[in-house]
Amino acid sequence: MTELNDPLGVAETWRKAGRPVALATVVETWGSAPRPAGSHLVIDGEGNFEGSVSGGCVEGAVVGEAIEVLETGEPRMLEFGVADETAWEVGLSCGGTIRVYVEPLK
Amino acid sequence: MDLALLEALNAARANRKAVLLETGLESGAQRLIREAEPQDGPLAAVYAECFRSGKAVRAETENGPVFIAAYLPPPRLIITGAVHISQALAPMAAFAGLDPIIVDPRTGFATEERFPKSRVIAEWPEDALPDIGVDRYTGLAALTHDPKIDDPALQAALSSDCFYIGALGSRKTHGKRVDRLKAQGFSEDKLAGIHAPIGLAIGAASPSEIAVAILAEVVAALRQTGAQR
Repeated sequence: MTELNDPLGVAETWRKAGRPVALATVVETWGSAPRPAGSHLVIDGEGNFEGSVSGGCVEGAVVGEAIEVLETGEPRMLEFGVADETAWEVGLSCGGTIRVYVEPLK
Repeated sequence: MDLALLEALNAARANRKAVLLETGLESGAQRLIREAEPQDGPLAAVYAECFRSGKAVRAETENGPVFIAAYLPPPRLIITGAVHISQALAPMAAFAGLDPIIVDPRTGFATEERFPKSRVIAEWPEDALPDIGVDRYTGLAALTHDPKIDDPALQAALSSDCFYIGALGSRKTHGKRVDRLKAQGFSEDKLAGIHAPIGLAIGAASPSEIAVAILAEVVAALRQTGAQR
């Protein structure tokens, strides 16, 4: 509950310090997803991040996508799940599926 | 998201105001919805449910799908009495995700040394509670046994829409307490909402065990009223 671990507080602080910041938000979950819809991960242009959108399973992939979102300036929707090849690669091993919206903080 | 919108969202959260963030998943358009503002339109019932449950949802509109994220204030527990039970209850409450605030005008009790990790206010409840702001995401455990300290806290809580009120003391002690509060103008219905004797009946004996019984009762009240996710 402290500002330090609060992704939205961190996002504001980073952006005001002049860093490019992307915000990733879990918008849908199916099955046994580790983090509920509404969970946030914030990422800066160098791949630093705070918060979580899963139990640590897909954060690495989301960070990579977020850096691309910061380059293009366009939001994108990501989906991770057991039916998806990428999901196996990044390891959402809990058997759930999640959809994550990634947007730049302007 | 625009930085200005994030600032407004963070300001509302810092001020313990419940807000929703609606994002158009195709358009990317975003807006804040404040609980205090009356809502109409096709999604009014969805917004109301989000404010109640604190859960985020996806909804369909004529302009495409939207995602609605809910940001409710974190629950907190005001504890009157910097007593032995409170020394166990405060860290347990914090561990369970409730911000504990200890209020006790007796400066010998309300010390940082006795409560190293909690917010401690060495003031009378009638002064401290209005400053804290008792809202529906706040609970009160009155633990001093002393009417001079507990009664004003109970009066402030009874005058609010806080999610939980509990008071330590035997049935006999509580009977006298109810009589005093009735004399202050509180209705029988309202007073029946006070959890007393405080805590779930688990046969708790030591201060720490009583703290467990109280915390379990607080969590039950929190979840059953839907005050917080």
